[in-house]
Amino acid sequence: MSWTFENYDRLLAALGEHIVMVASALALSLAIALPLGIWSARRPRIYAATITLTGILYTVPALALFALLIPVMGLGTGPAVVALVLYSLLILVRNVAAGLRAVPPEVIDAADGMGFAPARRLLRVELPLAMPVIVAGIRIALVMQISVATVAAYISAGGLGDIIFQGITQDFNEKIIAGAVLTSLLAVVADETLRLLERRLRPPAGLTDAG
Amino acid sequence: MLAETLRWPGEHQRVLLEATLRHLELSLAALSVAVVVALPLGIALTRAPGAAGFVTGIANVLRTIPSLALLVLMLPLLGTGYLPAMVALTVYGVPAILLNTYAGVRSVDADIVDAARGQGLSDRQIIRRIEIPLALPVMFAGIRTAAVQIVAAATLAAFVGGGGLGELITAGMGTLDFPELLVGALAVAALAAATELLFAGLERGIAGRRRAS
Amino acid sequence: MIRLEGVTKRYPGVSRPAVDHLDLDIPEGTICVLIGPSGCGKTTSMRMVNRLIEPTAGRILVAGEDVSGTDPVRLRRTIGYVIQQVGLFPHMSVAENVATVPALLGWPKPRIAARVEEMLTLVGLEPREFLRRFPGELSGGQRQRVGVARALAADPPVMLMDEPFGAVDPIVRERLQSEFLAILRRLRKTIILVTHDIDEAIRMGDRLALMKDGLLMQYDTPDRILATPRDAFVAEFLGIDRGLKRLALVTAGEAAGPSPAPAGSPRIASVTTLRDALSILLTEGADAAAVVDADGASLGSLTLGAIRHRLAARADQSGAG
Repeated sequence: MSWTFENYDRLLAALGEHIVMVASALALSLAIALPLGIWSARRPRIYAATITLTGILYTVPALALFALLIPVMGLGTGPAVVALVLYSLLILVRNVAAGLRAVPPEVIDAADGMGFAPARRLLRVELPLAMPVIVAGIRIALVMQISVATVAAYISAGGLGDIIFQGITQDFNEKIIAGAVLTSLLAVVADETLRLLERRLRPPAGLTDAG
Repeated sequence: MLAETLRWPGEHQRVLLEATLRHLELSLAALSVAVVVALPLGIALTRAPGAAGFVTGIANVLRTIPSLALLVLMLPLLGTGYLPAMVALTVYGVPAILLNTYAGVRSVDADIVDAARGQGLSDRQIIRRIEIPLALPVMFAGIRTAAVQIVAAATLAAFVGGGGLGELITAGMGTLDFPELLVGALAVAALAAATELLFAGLERGIAGRRRAS
Repeated sequence: MIRLEGVTKRYPGVSRPAVDHLDLDIPEGTICVLIGPSGCGKTTSMRMVNRLIEPTAGRILVAGEDVSGTDPVRLRRTIGYVIQQVGLFPHMSVAENVATVPALLGWPKPRIAARVEEMLTLVGLEPREFLRRFPGELSGGQRQRVGVARALAADPPVMLMDEPFGAVDPIVRERLQSEFLAILRRLRKTIILVTHDIDEAIRMGDRLALMKDGLLMQYDTPDRILATPRDAFVAEFLGIDRGLKRLALVTAGEAAGPSPAPAGSPRIASVTTLRDALSILLTEGADAAAVVDADGASLGSLTLGAIRHRLAARADQSGAG
């Protein structure tokens, strides 16, 4: 354990790189997925096309996607973030659309009846009600991104994966364990935090009259 | 470079074939063990409500752990090679199957199970003839998820010396042999897509055979 | 045939027992209806007979044998079981569903097939049409019929029915009740039927066991309970029109007198209940009606006075319904 204690600053730096990579990827993918999800929510054909396209991307395993991006974008954080964004699109678009579609038609009808303009209705009624499902999507995407970002170290993107790979090449177990455990902890904490948020966002049982 | 990439498979048939077979072998082995472990466990948990909360909690945490982390954590324990890769991939696949099996069996209509008990079916008969057939779609969805995840994660087996198509990628990176790198990546992508399609087809087949609503 | 002796069920952490020292003696070939408000313990009591619930105290005897002495799974194969939601196995055909217990008992296939057809015919479902259908394709009434066929398939002497007609609409329910009453009587089964519907209880039961808070309040024939409710609770449960309910147990043919009715009187069939006859007489403004049999032949007349006399009669003089 001695290495860990002596080099915790390096570990923290790697953790920081990891978080920055993932956070920027998440922000970017939300920026794309949110409008895309809203747009395709009630347009079945567009939805199907979007899901198919993003689904194809999602099927490609992480290391392979990185490899395919190398001739196009080289190495480093850039291609890593691009890959992370491409991966997250399927999950986020799907959950945004699903969340919006799950809003009971009576609620939308009531909102229209009360005089909500569509844009405002979206903002004040539909999105808030769709939140739990959207947050669930963010949670899944985030955990996946943390995992993929670990592999991104292989194309020199930094992050906790870097510590792991150093440990492998140097045959230094402690680095491997420190990197792997820290990544796992990051993933678990992110998952739990968002689960809590998800639960808070669900309307208390009894306010919805479905089942 | 495109031309070189297209020529590569033809010139390196044996390497490509070996890596593909190894990749499939690893994935299949891990999936099989995961199914053999997780399916009965998931069913057993429905009869043990106390343990169920605990075990599903662990499964949920396990599901969150990055695949690379699982693989490399085997290194200090099991060294390099086939075994650590297989163990890691098995552990990786268990949660999806376990959680889906548990949820699927629990979701079988309680009235149906009550009627079955009332007719005089033993617990084992209820599991075999009622709960498993009715929970099959959900259970299979879990197996499908695990299969796809395992095939994808098997790419990383290269990092623990487990072989597979990931090795083409790492070898290509090491020697800056772009054709090899790209062929490896495309082959992995194709394999993953094929797995997804295969299991989607199987799932549809299962749904089609259940005529009852 | 079925005896409950001091049967009690206590749940941990709950002060009042769900079933409190229940004593019931149900003769062979009769239908005993357990009835009462929600939470009275009727369903719990029924489920203790086939040991889906185990009693905390007391014992239950079926055909003279203590049920706790038999393996529960084997016991249940000798007792027919019908529940409100039916619980047909959705992934099995109607034929496979009905064949459940015979198959469990290891009957030879030809015998099972013949029995399945027999049962479907018995419950009014044309075998050729329904054998290969699936529960999801059936209506509520059809599902109920299959459920009863399944329960009868192995020819159990005893049957437990928990709100068997609760999940179908009222029109279908009445038809099912009459049909099954006829079937069950013909087969001379001993039956415990649980319901919260007093009219169903009166129609179907040879004896009613009225329960409240786990206790047996009164156990008697419908006519006697309606005529002499033991206390205010029973009276209230039976409803303020219990007198009229009693009239529904007697037919015009039974109460008709020999003298002919005055000309211009309404004519009623002999199978008309006194309750309906009363309604007709009041609506028509008549004091008497001519009673005729199925062929139209006159059987005499029924007067308002006779009806009133019937109501006033002591229960054991007017006979069981």
